Amino acid sequence: MDARKESDSRTKAERTSERELVVTRTFDAPARIVFAAWTQPELLQRWWAPKSFGIVFLACEADVRTGGRYRFVFGHGDSPPMEFFGRYLEVTPPLRLVWTNEEAGDGGQITTVTFEEQGGKTRVVMHDLYPSKEALDEAIASGSTSGMAETFTQLEDLLATPANV
Amino acid sequence: MVQYFAARLDSSFAALSDATRRGVLEQLGRADASITDLAEKFHMTLTGMKKHVAVLEQAGLVATEKVGRVRICSLGARGLDAETAWIEAYRQRWAARFDALDQVVAELKHKEKLDGRKKRE
Repeated sequence: MDARKESDSRTKAERTSERELVVTRTFDAPARIVFAAWTQPELLQRWWAPKSFGIVFLACEADVRTGGRYRFVFGHGDSPPMEFFGRYLEVTPPLRLVWTNEEAGDGGQITTVTFEEQGGKTRVVMHDLYPSKEALDEAIASGSTSGMAETFTQLEDLLATPANV
Repeated sequence: MVQYFAARLDSSFAALSDATRRGVLEQLGRADASITDLAEKFHMTLTGMKKHVAVLEQAGLVATEKVGRVRICSLGARGLDAETAWIEAYRQRWAARFDALDQVVAELKHKEKLDGRKKRE
């Protein structure tokens, strides 16, 4: 439990503005290795949908070069497959990756990932820029109100934290 | 104290068990609105909407304030916490992914070391 907590605290997430979300984490390897894990589909598949998500990759196609397209399809029990797709706007090894998220139409965010190497470690900064405050609010609202079960879990977590009461 | 929490939990569950009330929260997440606005938006009578807002207010999910002759509704402290909860869930999702990425990266690093050693031999 403690080990899990420790690894957990290494990942930071923050809404940095009305339109932006930023997630950061440092990996114990040079940037070229971390970058490879983000850009080679056979490697990407191994971590993008970890077991705890309860989903499996049905397709993982990624033409990782500027202008190339990607398409991820996930299966989840008997539910219909979920599809995520978009285009790479920039691929600069081993420093920077930028892609679009088009499955949600115009409301999709632009994701920029930067790889900053220092002393053999790599700090990964994942930045999501939404087209408007409304688009990000919408993503948050639909995420927190879609499934009742999820809402209840969040609510329970919320109520279990004394600071929020 | 435990009873107090249980009561809060009950009132929040009850408040969220209704699709209109969840819709109202979603709406207020975007912008504050008067009860009249909300009634129109959800094709409901003013009295009906007042009842829904009262339930949400009692659960601490919505706050209301009378401005002149209009009652303006906004997300209550607990409603704002929904964003914090969402971001935490989002962070946990990425933390799980990155734990898996950690393993892949460690393997690649190990492999590179072995390959390098082979080349030198």
